[in-house]
Amino acid sequence: MAEAYSDVRGFRTLLAKEIRRFVSVIGQTVTAPVVTALLYLVVFAQALRGQPSSYPDVSYTQFLVPGLIMMSVLQNAFANTSSSLTQSKFMGNLVFVLMAPLSTLEIFGAYVLAALLRAALVVVVLIAATWPFVHLVIERPLALIAMFLLAGGTLAALGMIGGIVATKFDHLAAFQNFVVMPLSFLSGVFYSIHSLPPFWEQVSRFNPFFYLIDGFRYGFFGVGDAPILHSLLWGLGCFLLVSTVCITMLKTGYKLRA
Amino acid sequence: MDARSQSSIATGNVPGGVADAPALDIVAVSKRYGDVHALDGLDLRIECGEYFGLLGPNGAGKSTLINSISGLVRPDSGSIRVLGHDNRSEFRVARRLLGVVPQELVFDPFFKVEDVLRIQAGYYGCGPEAQPWIEELIQRLDLGFKRRASMRTLSGGQKRRVMIAQALVHRPQVVILDEPTAGVDVELRRTLWKFTRELNAAGTTIVLTTHYLDEAQALCHRIAIVDHGKLKLVETTEALLARNPWRFLQLKLAAGTVLPAVLEPLVASRTNGSVELKLHRDEHSIGEVMAALKAADVDILDMHTREPRLEDVFIDLTYGARNG
Ligand SMILES: Nc1ncnc2c1ncn2[C@@H]1O[C@H](COP(=O)(O)OP(=O)(O)OP(=O)(O)O)[C@@H](O)[C@H]1O
Ligand SMILES: [Mg+2]
Repeated sequence: MAEAYSDVRGFRTLLAKEIRRFVSVIGQTVTAPVVTALLYLVVFAQALRGQPSSYPDVSYTQFLVPGLIMMSVLQNAFANTSSSLTQSKFMGNLVFVLMAPLSTLEIFGAYVLAALLRAALVVVVLIAATWPFVHLVIERPLALIAMFLLAGGTLAALGMIGGIVATKFDHLAAFQNFVVMPLSFLSGVFYSIHSLPPFWEQVSRFNPFFYLIDGFRYGFFGVGDAPILHSLLWGLGCFLLVSTVCITMLKTGYKLRA
Repeated sequence: MDARSQSSIATGNVPGGVADAPALDIVAVSKRYGDVHALDGLDLRIECGEYFGLLGPNGAGKSTLINSISGLVRPDSGSIRVLGHDNRSEFRVARRLLGVVPQELVFDPFFKVEDVLRIQAGYYGCGPEAQPWIEELIQRLDLGFKRRASMRTLSGGQKRRVMIAQALVHRPQVVILDEPTAGVDVELRRTLWKFTRELNAAGTTIVLTTHYLDEAQALCHRIAIVDHGKLKLVETTEALLARNPWRFLQLKLAAGTVLPAVLEPLVASRTNGSVELKLHRDEHSIGEVMAALKAADVDILDMHTREPRLEDVFIDLTYGARNG
């Protein structure tokens, strides 16, 4: 009946559109976060040079790089979906997506994949940029990729929720500043949680971002503060939870289909 | 390949319509916003091939109805079918059969006109084979000189043209235009009239909302009047006009001429040198009026008759009812 139409083309088109959107402002979407991460690296690596990393044979600078990369992944995945959705919602052009014959899952998938792609670009550029100064070997590439996908996917879905719920750009900024930033800073980017006092170490173990970052670091060094299985399960749990909430919102038309 | 997939105005090549199903079948649709019944159990059936007018005062519920059809609004209850396909459970087919121009001017500032149309076609599963039709839309809507311009640089009317092209890009069988001529120049109005008539002649069902009643009168075969979320009436345009029993006769008289006393009660208005007589279709014949004028030897410089306009009927049915 509808064979004249390709069902994947709608999804592909939305994905391509979302990619073009961040590529067209690549200075803001890739270059800027890379520069930010490199600044952190220079400052902290200088200030804390010589600190032990609590991992054998890993210098503090080497320890720092994966955490900074993951922090950029988290922030950029969130930023991509949330700003894209909020903008098209406020501009009103989201109606063209909402009226199109696209399913909830296709819309979700296209936004999340585009965000993952932007995050991946940031990762690749960061690794390339730090390569001459910080030598890193990727011991467990599969774990690394899995953690990247789960972490990026979770934050991309969270960004969609933010974009759906926000009624002002301020709301998104508040979410970034009061949730995403603190959680990523307090998650062992700059230190191993083993170096924390016992109470704070326990608290960190309830921060999902800790597992996202720790699991990612495991991908590089083959060791982490938590067992990799825990990190993978935390990542998977977060991703499933957040995407279920997001997909349910899209399905019911919450705030988008008045 | 069938002839219709060539670049031509015919839009009937979208598969998926159920045989004999009406273009739009709206049953008991309700939508509340707080205390406002934007739609209050509205039923409406629009047949295939109609050029249908959806009229009603501001806030009547027209856009809420259109958005319920397109999926932008989730009604509280009721069902909507597009050519026999439920717009929720069979949303893919239903939405492909539908092309909607929203009332608000919305656009994506990131893209060029051409890109917008290609992306829109892609959403509906149309690829490079849609290019000739996109080309034709660009020409017909006079967007050729702006095709590579960024959306943000277009004027309001130009953006409206792009929105109209967007709605047509996948050759929908049912096209809904929510006030497409609000704030557009005479030229685009003409273009749109001609274009939508051609689409309609080629088999596309058109639903139009407008506050220009002469436009509805000129274009629509049937008209629905909506008010307070309810359907006030649905009738053919002629039947609607025939509801108004008055005819108007305008006379331009030579200076100083006095109208015979028998005609005085019929005077509806006087403007410098002309009088307008209001005649009831059944009670006053124009012949008698002419005879009375002749008998009084009145010097007539010019005269013409005016049929009632949709506006007169509309006012009676909406504002008249509200005040009454
Ligand atoms: N999202 C919304 N939230 C609250 N009220 C709404 C919303 N959308 C519409 N309404 C209300 O529903 C009623 C119908 O609005 P609608 O836009 O359908 O009218 P309309 O017939 O299209 O009017 P117009 O000719 O001005 O475009 C109005 O009273 C409006 O205030
Ligand atoms: Mg409206």
